[in-house]
Amino acid sequence: MFQEKKRMHYQVEAAAAWSYYMRVRSMEEDQMERVARLASQSAVVIFSVSSCCMCHAMKRLFCGMGVNPTVHELDHDPQGKDMETALMRLLGNGSINTNAVVPVVFIGGKLVGSMDRVLAFHIGGTLVPLLKQAGALWL
Amino acid sequence: MKMDIYEPFQQVSMWGDNFKVDGGLNSIASPILMIDTTMENKSEYIPQESREPSGADQETSNKDVNKMLRRLAQNREAARKSRLRKKAYVKQLESSRLKLMQLELEIGKARKQGLYMGTALDAGYIGTSSETINPAIVAFEFEYGQWVEEQQRWNEELRHAFQMQAPDAQLCVLIQSVLNHYSNLFRMKADAAKADVLYLISGVWKASVERIFLWIGGSRPSQLLNDLLLELLPDNTGTFDVNVRIIVPQLEPLTEQQIVRINNIRQSSQQAEDALSQGLEKLQQSLVHDMAVDPLGAGNLRLQMALAMEKFEALEGFVSQADHLRQETLLHMSRALSTQQAARGLLALGEHFNRLRTLCSLWSARPSELP
Repeated sequence: MFQEKKRMHYQVEAAAAWSYYMRVRSMEEDQMERVARLASQSAVVIFSVSSCCMCHAMKRLFCGMGVNPTVHELDHDPQGKDMETALMRLLGNGSINTNAVVPVVFIGGKLVGSMDRVLAFHIGGTLVPLLKQAGALWL
Repeated sequence: MKMDIYEPFQQVSMWGDNFKVDGGLNSIASPILMIDTTMENKSEYIPQESREPSGADQETSNKDVNKMLRRLAQNREAARKSRLRKKAYVKQLESSRLKLMQLELEIGKARKQGLYMGTALDAGYIGTSSETINPAIVAFEFEYGQWVEEQQRWNEELRHAFQMQAPDAQLCVLIQSVLNHYSNLFRMKADAAKADVLYLISGVWKASVERIFLWIGGSRPSQLLNDLLLELLPDNTGTFDVNVRIIVPQLEPLTEQQIVRINNIRQSSQQAEDALSQGLEKLQQSLVHDMAVDPLGAGNLRLQMALAMEKFEALEGFVSQADHLRQETLLHMSRALSTQQAARGLLALGEHFNRLRTLCSLWSARPSELP
């Protein structure tokens, strides 16, 4: 009888833990989905923080090329923190190590990355074709 | 009777001994001015009566008086000479102090150009305003000096390869080595920036003439590209290094495609530089804003200072991106060129920095104006 109770107790706890885990995962996926959704709404999307100076540099870079990027300021978004986590996971360890996640750029709905990736593409000559393909630049 | 003339040499040696400086500063210890001393210009009161010979008693007492007077006179004279010698001594101390300051300045200059490797303790970092010595920065200064020397060796290799009309395969290896060498520099700079970004971005570790062109802790990539291109333009007559008098066969002219590609690299670098500069400006503005003291009182100065310190970390990001830009432009430029052209371009780049450093030495060796 006691063993039965114990097993049921364990099962209830496991179920509770599992459902909690699933809820957290779905929240993360929600943010991932949200990021993906926002990213595909415009040709060029920059996720930024309003006080971040590198983000300012990123915005100036695209404006200087005649592109009109859509900017999402994470510090002005109530779900900004979660979105930042989602972006961090998307980026992985690829970029030059900085403490900041932002700025993160999407072109044509696809992830390009942080400033170092954008610079590498630009000097390499592949950024402009990418922008033209996404319809952000004409000639 | 004849008065003894007090010999000046005895007293001079006393001052001279005090003044001996060891360790090669002989120019400072010049001989002390010999002071001409005679008794002639000294007016003395010798009572007439004592000179006249009189009785035996008076003679003995006269002798005593004379002796005393003589001693007094000698005393006065010795004191006068002592004062004059002290004046001369102080004058020489002052001039040697000035010389020391000058020497220290020169050593400081030479150190910053990497021409003089001091011990870890007296490395040029002390010249900055910080109170403590950062070992990472001391290491960086030393390593940078080594890097510059190796850079010059690579330049020699390239020059030699052209002289020997080396095959493309050999040039390729050299090109890759030189590019790797630049990568090493960027890695060193990243470590130094982590240790003290303000030190790195100030450019004090570079030769003074190089600092004229300073942009975020180094050279402007678009400017370097321009220097590179000067070597590769079609009207390059083929004489290369005037000092070494190598006549190198003319480079094949750039193709239409190459010109387009190179212009794109230059333009995109320019755009990137502008963007980073604007980002840096925003950083400066926000730093000023963070430091603004609340005129009405308490204002939580500590918090404001902490915010300002955070901005220095953001500076590190800008240095990192600037170096990244430098590396990318070098890489893509060398890819856009043929092997011969790329090797020539890299040699020109090395020569450019050599010339800047030579200019530096000339500048610091220029004669200073006499006061």
